[in-house]
Amino acid sequence: MTGTNNKRRKLVLIGNGMAGINALEQILKLTNAFEITVYGEEPYPNYNRIQLSYVLEGSKTIDDIILNSREWYEENGIALHTGTKVARIDTAAKRVHTEAGDNAAYDVLIIATGSKPFVLPIPGADKKGVIGFRDIADCEAMIGAAGRVKQAAVIGGGLLGLEAAKGLVQLGMDTTVVHLMDTLMERQLDQTAAGLLKAELERQGIKFRMGAKTVEVLGGAEASGLRFEGGEELDAQLVVMSAGIVPNAELAKASGIETGRGIKVNDYMQTSAPDVYAVGECCEHRGVCYGLVAPLFDQGAVLAKTIAGANTAPYEGSSVSTKLKISGVDVFSAGEYLDAPDHRVLRIHDDWRGVYKKVLLRGNQIVGAVMYGDVKDAPLLTRLVREGDAMTDELYADLFGGGSGCCGGGGTKSSAVQSMADEEIVCGCNGVTKGDIVRVIREDGLSTVDQIKVKTGATRSCGGCKPLVEQLLQFVLGDEFQAKEETKQGICGCTDCTRDEIVAAIREKHLTNVREVMAVLDWRQPEGCSKCRPALNYYLGMAWPTEHEDERDSRFVNERLHANIQKDGTYSVIPRMYGGVTTSDQLRQIADAADKYGAKMVKVTGGQRIDLLGIAKEDLPAIWEELGMPSGYGYAKALRTVKTCVGNRFCRFGTQDSIGMGVLLEQKFERLWMPAKFKMAVNGCPRNCAESGTKDLGIVGNDGGWEVYVGGNGGIRMKEAELLCKVKSDEELVDICGAFIQYYRETGNYAERTSDWLERIGLEQVRKLVIEDAENRKALIARVETALAKLQDPWREVVESGKLQQAYYHRIEVARD
Amino acid sequence: MSVQTQRAYRAVGPLLAFPVGAGKEVRIGTLELAVFRTSDGGVFALENRTPHRKGGPLAEAIVSGHYIYCPLRDLKISLRDGMVQEPDTGQARTYPVKIEDGCVHIEVPE
Repeated sequence: MTGTNNKRRKLVLIGNGMAGINALEQILKLTNAFEITVYGEEPYPNYNRIQLSYVLEGSKTIDDIILNSREWYEENGIALHTGTKVARIDTAAKRVHTEAGDNAAYDVLIIATGSKPFVLPIPGADKKGVIGFRDIADCEAMIGAAGRVKQAAVIGGGLLGLEAAKGLVQLGMDTTVVHLMDTLMERQLDQTAAGLLKAELERQGIKFRMGAKTVEVLGGAEASGLRFEGGEELDAQLVVMSAGIVPNAELAKASGIETGRGIKVNDYMQTSAPDVYAVGECCEHRGVCYGLVAPLFDQGAVLAKTIAGANTAPYEGSSVSTKLKISGVDVFSAGEYLDAPDHRVLRIHDDWRGVYKKVLLRGNQIVGAVMYGDVKDAPLLTRLVREGDAMTDELYADLFGGGSGCCGGGGTKSSAVQSMADEEIVCGCNGVTKGDIVRVIREDGLSTVDQIKVKTGATRSCGGCKPLVEQLLQFVLGDEFQAKEETKQGICGCTDCTRDEIVAAIREKHLTNVREVMAVLDWRQPEGCSKCRPALNYYLGMAWPTEHEDERDSRFVNERLHANIQKDGTYSVIPRMYGGVTTSDQLRQIADAADKYGAKMVKVTGGQRIDLLGIAKEDLPAIWEELGMPSGYGYAKALRTVKTCVGNRFCRFGTQDSIGMGVLLEQKFERLWMPAKFKMAVNGCPRNCAESGTKDLGIVGNDGGWEVYVGGNGGIRMKEAELLCKVKSDEELVDICGAFIQYYRETGNYAERTSDWLERIGLEQVRKLVIEDAENRKALIARVETALAKLQDPWREVVESGKLQQAYYHRIEVARD
Repeated sequence: MSVQTQRAYRAVGPLLAFPVGAGKEVRIGTLELAVFRTSDGGVFALENRTPHRKGGPLAEAIVSGHYIYCPLRDLKISLRDGMVQEPDTGQARTYPVKIEDGCVHIEVPE
């Protein structure tokens, strides 16, 4: 706009939240003509307010929901003042004054002060323990109250109130939602959907008091309960006010800018004062104040173009849709949601599947929708309602199943994305537009959701827009997309080859190092990435155990250095203690080494071993030498430990020598590289004290022999191990273990634990090849023996090799004059 | 941004001390660097600190071409300019390197 003038104009933003920062991001995409200053009251950089409920629920941390790090502000040359409140705007002198007494001039001012919870005007509302649910401080207050507070009340059964209540239940509080109306979320849901929702939330532990008007908060200085109209009372030491929001318009109002409920703006987000704009929940557009995220992106786009001097269509309001963010509860609504006499109502309600879907038409025009249970059509319906599209036979078939498909997923759904405008937001969390996504598909040749996630960030946060991104891929690539999705699932972005194709090529073409594999299979990135390099190194070692030279530089740090890197850059050292058995001499040695090398902590691990934490990298070879024990592989995709119970050597219940067997198995299979970490246990009797049920390979002794359990997992996805077979003799047991391990090594995907592997391959198949087919078992055992023959203790190798120490453990120090 | 500080090349050791395809930690006084020698013979120096807000070292990264993968959180970082690749953001500080008489020299503030 001021093309010849080098002086950059001053842009001041009041409000460091999603609306304001999104507007800045859009402005920065268009122009760098501004010198930008941001004032925020909260002490944090911009975070994803929508995801506060995840923080409360415990599934995300505050760090996880930060959208723009402080570095982002720096990189974009933005001066950020957090914890700073603007007290006054002088619209005549074009200057803002902070509460602390500073002031700054502006050429353009954006107000994005958001909204605050509506606090009921009742006695006691100012007591301690009465809070809103709006920002990180509220979240922290609720988390802080956990343990101290037994009963909590949430006033308001709307979107935010329910999310807060779920969080409080999760924090262990007896939580009651107090709602004025008889149905929940009455501004988004009809009675049927609200009823389904309430039943589900009750199942999840939330209590409800419906049709209750709160007239007083009881208690002394601190809240102790609520009193309702009619005199009934409810005990609650924490009260969350969630009965609506109020735009933060006081600053604007006090500065003489025209306000109604919010700061009044026209279709270009201009306020009544010259060069002052407002955006987001603080503003009022055509009489409407929005409290959801989608409109602020729409508004931000218009605002950015207006300020940058680009052409833009006027903002004409947003059609809003709602999704509740509680794990395991899917509700959605868009547009009109209550049946009226002039509506045609399309509805399915299936109590068996717990699914409810309703679409409202006026004439043929789609004007609203409500869904519960299955919300995969949410993006499509959002779109249809916003555009006021007409219902057609094809659409009906898509939404309600029609003649062909059974669940309404039959037809092609490109129609919904086809008519979207390029600047329309697809990913609300990261502000990615349709145009952005279409461009990377066309120009960068991307063909999967994952690639698009990496490039643009879309689907990265809540994942809600994944169906839309898939539809865009379908729309842009057509049949090519189907073909690519079905046949081409390469192991990483460097190749289209699957794991099986790669292993086949390694075997057939006799490839023996990583570089060869990449060259022969036409890797897109000549030296691969952190996903494929370690995987290839494993497959090569598995296929050619005697020929392949392990490639250290293709291993992750832990397996390269044979110690576990910690977040501060120090390492943990876990020496091997077979079967979890140690001696007093060994303990003294460990204690001395811990002292000598300044271990920050000494801890017993979950697998019955001793862990020395906080060891410096350059001390690793020396501490290993001092310990004189082999590596315990507590860092590797290999056998971690064989956990044992005391067994018949001491235990009065023991029927088998679990310690003897555990030591034998650990000595036999230690150091063997596996697709993923591998945990074992041996128990001397069915009491199962060493917990075989959650191990990759768990053994339970009884009077007549051993039972072998496989595929258990106690980690991210709990899974109980399944009985593979029963054997009578120790020799047979060792054979079966060897054959099972080798079969897993040969067929597992890199990083695939036995629990997932077993699900994929099937127990029957494993039984057939490892137990029933004796010939095959013999061959598997022979191959595992070959692989085992070559292995040596890696710590000893480093202790004895000055070259390895020099290359991987020593640092170079240069004095500074 | 334009504050002038005195910078000078410091010899940090023979090229042979830097294994190809791996990182090496180099300390010059209190300055901690991660130095990488790539398969094409290049040598690059970064501050030994991931741009990720939770911190951690870089010297133990996996090296691929002119990129490294941060050992703690797998950020992909360019060795040329320290830029973190999409979708992550940030930039690691880089230091100019020259090789003279088989010796690696890194330019650091005096």
